Amino acid sequence: MQLDSPPAVDCAGIAHRFGAKWALRGVSMRVSAGEIVALVGRNGSGKTTLMRVIATALRPTRGAARVFGHDVTADPSAVRELTALVGHATGVYTDLTAEENLRFAIRMAGEEATAARISEVLERVGLAHEARARVRELSAGQQRRIGLARVLLRPVRLLLLDEPYTSFDDEGQAVVDRELAALRARGGAAIVITHDAERARRVTDRSVRLDAGAVVEAHAPRKVANG
Amino acid sequence: MAERIWAREFARVGAMAWKDLAVERRTKATLNAVVFFAALTMLLFGFALGADSETLKAASAGVLWLTVLFAGVLVFNRSYQTELDSGALETLLLYPGDRWAIFAGKVIANLAFVFLVEAVILPLAVILYHMPLERAPLAVIGVMILGTLGFVTLGTFYAAMASRVRAREVLLPLLLFPMLVPVLIASVEATQAYLTGDVMRDSRVWVRLLVVFDAIFLVAAVAAFEHVIEG
Amino acid sequence: MTEAVMERAATSGAVPAVPPRRPLLAAVTLLTLVGAELFSVLTSPPDRDMGNLEKILYIHVPCAWMAMTASLFVFLASVGYLWKREERYDMIAAASAEAGTLFTALTVILGSIWARPTWGTWWTWDARLTSTAVLLLIYLGYLALRAATDDVDRRARWSAAVGILGAINAGIVYESVVWWRTIHQIQSSPSSMGIMYTWGLRLNAIAMLLVLVYFITNRYRSFCLIRATEMMAEDAVLGRRAP
Repeated sequence: MQLDSPPAVDCAGIAHRFGAKWALRGVSMRVSAGEIVALVGRNGSGKTTLMRVIATALRPTRGAARVFGHDVTADPSAVRELTALVGHATGVYTDLTAEENLRFAIRMAGEEATAARISEVLERVGLAHEARARVRELSAGQQRRIGLARVLLRPVRLLLLDEPYTSFDDEGQAVVDRELAALRARGGAAIVITHDAERARRVTDRSVRLDAGAVVEAHAPRKVANG
Repeated sequence: MAERIWAREFARVGAMAWKDLAVERRTKATLNAVVFFAALTMLLFGFALGADSETLKAASAGVLWLTVLFAGVLVFNRSYQTELDSGALETLLLYPGDRWAIFAGKVIANLAFVFLVEAVILPLAVILYHMPLERAPLAVIGVMILGTLGFVTLGTFYAAMASRVRAREVLLPLLLFPMLVPVLIASVEATQAYLTGDVMRDSRVWVRLLVVFDAIFLVAAVAAFEHVIEG
Repeated sequence: MTEAVMERAATSGAVPAVPPRRPLLAAVTLLTLVGAELFSVLTSPPDRDMGNLEKILYIHVPCAWMAMTASLFVFLASVGYLWKREERYDMIAAASAEAGTLFTALTVILGSIWARPTWGTWWTWDARLTSTAVLLLIYLGYLALRAATDDVDRRARWSAAVGILGAINAGIVYESVVWWRTIHQIQSSPSSMGIMYTWGLRLNAIAMLLVLVYFITNRYRSFCLIRATEMMAEDAVLGRRAP
């Protein structure tokens, strides 16, 4: 736990509603650099919504959140440089090849797309041999791994994973575990949404449980204020 | 520092345009349908207006532009469809950088699509409607380019919203077509003027209007885009 | 972060206070309207050719002016919203658009009613009438977009963008339609200024402006009431007492 650098994630009173329905009702939590936190709870408890708020995909109705010191509402561009979200949707274009998808992703991030970089990342997710295949022709698990590859193209400091252990195949899950370990080693942080309690215990440092949009328990080592 | 930022944004624009064009080239889904629809529209207008060749010739500029509008509008919602299908829109928005690059890239890709459709419509207008294109071919093409620029800019802009609500097929024309009245009038009048020898030099006023319209709305759409593309 | 910071950090912006009813404004508006009509009717004798029909223009022309004025309000409020991100600007824009739609529709209908005995047709492609009809469609598009959008934040942002572009285009549409009719030398409705008694017209313009302002302030008040109710429900759900 580093007390001198800003926490990886710092949420205070995050509340969000979709129309009349409240998905989050005042969530406060903190993730330190080097920590991997599991976000658990039943379906509909607001886990995905919270993750999207932190990733700057959603502007919260109330409350504030900071990622490594940058406010998600005031300075979203800085947050996006540091953060990557792997959600339920793959975000890949099924009519293009794996290679073309990655080339597009690198260029959209404003960087140069070299063949070396693309093949290196495809190796990491175990899809080097499928570089030229159209994504449409790959299996669901393989498509998700391309979504993950997209995220691994740049060094991120905060990784947000939405149910990787349900949606990824075995090889994909192995990649996830490997990348989380590497992330922790270089001082980054991650939040992982998962139902798999066994996995959570092995891979993460602690867990935060949401129910109906509020934090109901947060395991040691740190007590987190209830929203 | 500023040059680096601009270079990065232009690279993003290029990437966005390339992606839209690559996906369409792979599937060929939309373009074929739009071109056929355009040809069909030209034919139907011919039936509706009657067989008199003088009537057709007089109406050729108007029919040309109406066909561009009715067929072209099909391109815009589709341009956002690929993003919505695989949840790619949110991914797009989470890349670091300015949002206007996404807009500019899509405008460029949509321009390419609509120009392709017009490349089919224009010869059809000459054949079916006896459009005297040989009088001023370059001028008419120039007017088409100017008019299409305004059309595609506004179409791409409004489709960013319309493609994401329930009544998208109706909402896009409802929002877009009233805004295009100046473009329609100016393009048809300028084309008509060039085709009839431009005796009164009317074309100048209309071309000027098109240039001003395109400039104003390119700037306005780019500036407003980031407010409409978010969640 | 402390509770105070949480309260201040509310990202939906300050919810505007509900303004009071304005009976004085209502009374003044009504009196001015009635007074203007009485004055116009009493001081202008039936036109030689048109009979009493010309009196429609006392309403029709100021309505057209108010349609344009409302679009100016929509433009300013929309810019204000995108700049300040405060909900009240969105409410002013929406209220102005609704009032503007009303005045635009009235302009077109009255223009058509005037045209029928004058030209024998329900519609002339007269520059002003035509561009007003286009303006009506732009307004309707704005309202349709608002109706199709459920999320409050999205509706405000999208309406602001559409409102700004639409208001900019209002002037361009008018100019292009005027040139279009001029070039084709279509007979347009004669300038009503020469025929009308200007005092009657001025009084009506003032009355219409008051009606416009009255409609907008009333509608704004309705929006504030709706929003205040929603906020009370929000606070109840979040377990906080309303301030």
